[in-house]
Amino acid sequence: MSAAAPALTAIAAIEKSPGYWAGVMHRFRRDPVAMAALIIVLALVLMAIFAPFIAPADPYRSSMIRRLRPIGTPGFPLGTDELGRDMLSRLILGGRLSLLMGVTPVFIAFFIGSAIGITAGFVGGKVNTVLMRTIDVFFAFPSVLLAIALSGALGAGIFNGLLSLTIVFVPPIARIAESVTTAVRKIEYIEAARASGASAFRIVRIHVLGNVIGPIFVYATGLISVSLILASGLSFLGLGVKPPEPEWGLMLNTLRNAIYVQPWVAALPGLMIFITSISFNLLSDGLRSAMDIKA
Amino acid sequence: MLSYILKRLALTIPVAFGVSIVCFMLVHIAPGDPLTSVLPPDASAQLQAEMRALYGFDRPLPVQYGLWVLKTLQGDLGVSIATGRPVASELGKALGNTLMLAVLATLIGFLFGCLFGFVAGYFRDSWIDRLASFVSIIGVSVPHYWLGMVLVIIFSVQLNWLPATGAGPGGSADWAWDWVHVRHLILPAVTMSVIPMGIIARTVRALVAEILSQEFVSGLRAKGLLDFGVFRHVVKNAAPTALAVMGLQLGYLLGGSILIETVFSWPGTGFLLGQAIFQRDLPLLQGTILVLAMFFVALNLIVDIVQSMLDPRVQRA
Repeated sequence: MSAAAPALTAIAAIEKSPGYWAGVMHRFRRDPVAMAALIIVLALVLMAIFAPFIAPADPYRSSMIRRLRPIGTPGFPLGTDELGRDMLSRLILGGRLSLLMGVTPVFIAFFIGSAIGITAGFVGGKVNTVLMRTIDVFFAFPSVLLAIALSGALGAGIFNGLLSLTIVFVPPIARIAESVTTAVRKIEYIEAARASGASAFRIVRIHVLGNVIGPIFVYATGLISVSLILASGLSFLGLGVKPPEPEWGLMLNTLRNAIYVQPWVAALPGLMIFITSISFNLLSDGLRSAMDIKA
Repeated sequence: MLSYILKRLALTIPVAFGVSIVCFMLVHIAPGDPLTSVLPPDASAQLQAEMRALYGFDRPLPVQYGLWVLKTLQGDLGVSIATGRPVASELGKALGNTLMLAVLATLIGFLFGCLFGFVAGYFRDSWIDRLASFVSIIGVSVPHYWLGMVLVIIFSVQLNWLPATGAGPGGSADWAWDWVHVRHLILPAVTMSVIPMGIIARTVRALVAEILSQEFVSGLRAKGLLDFGVFRHVVKNAAPTALAVMGLQLGYLLGGSILIETVFSWPGTGFLLGQAIFQRDLPLLQGTILVLAMFFVALNLIVDIVQSMLDPRVQRA
């Protein structure tokens, strides 16, 4: 008896399957587009974190005599903006606020939306009706319009921008969470857990969460690109970030009149938004196919 | 059919009610007193009280809401604080301009989106599919306000072919379908069409791929149907969903036109919203948002009903 025990554990060790996440990682690593997107996203995040150390010049120092220099000016590799500030440094620093304003709302909405959706889906009945009909009301606004309505009424500022965008992204995440949870709830092992006396909280924590959080997470990553474009769009409209802070959308706005003088310098901040947004989109697509999620 | 329409209508009423509450609350979530933008800072207490009563801000919120709904249903959206003109009349003209732009952009986006989507779905996993998918992912990832700027740089600043801003001579008042005016419409419409193009291309690709993988297609091919005949079946099956997506995209463009209208100074609802935000003109902001949101709610309803007429399977869902 005592001799057989180590043999059994040895067999268990051999037959242990690599697991779901190992498979996801394996598939993701073999997707060159997704890997490239991941590397760009990581590079952008590192650039934002270490911005003050990377930026070659002071992004706030303006000069009236060297305004709107072209790309390739000695000392100013990407030219200067309408107040003579170094474009390269401002683009590097600008990534901080742009990424923060784009990613944070989806991150917060992921938690709030999941909580609402999972509650509605798991409890069902009247709770579901009340929660989801409320969500429907916010869904009845086109997302851009809702973001602009809220931040337009609240006024400019980073906090108001973040708040408006979070409110915009809670409904879509809650809706996905609700439909995934409702589907999982009908599976028999939930019934079995309930029959064996598990509390609702325990069932959600052990049996539901693990099955629903993946699809919700992938869906949320797909929203980051929309959020980035919207967040910079708010600053572009004069909502969101206020001058003189460097932020890509705001920079695009203040450089709009410069398109007749230095068109390609003026277009640079938008290019950064584009690169960031497409990388997040490709990353999300890669995750989706690696995790084999249809929706 | 009729029961489905009635059921769908019954679902829309609470949503419309909720939307009206959100729009009503916009003025009240705004920081500070909504009167500060009308009154001089040194206004006497008596004048402040009079203005408050005039705008109805002295009543309890539910009463204010009730009165506001009554007025709105009669077509009275209040008076713009900045211009002193009725919000409804300011909106009328702007809505027409935005509608013109959004409809054109949706049509362009639908045309090219279907084209890319069909080709990609038909030749799945070929280089054409990869190219079309890449174009559509660019369509959904590009910040469209930036794309507008880039197009202006290329076609207005560098080539000088098309005007950069505005809606032609006479501004928004005298629109005519001649070259002098239409050339102002080209750049904003093309810019705007990129979003629906990307989304419709992705939808159509998935639809076509899914339909082609179904057994009835193999059956048709086995019976000797040529590619064109199969194509006809694919179109018939994909059309209801593709049209529904197009309808919703039109709604998104109407509501989201503000960024593009700002870039091109296009005199539509988005431009009006921009002004309202800039001047903190809350009645104008509220009226414009309400009308656009209700438009979207109505469009959702119409899309669902039309889709269920084209494809009765939808009713069962």
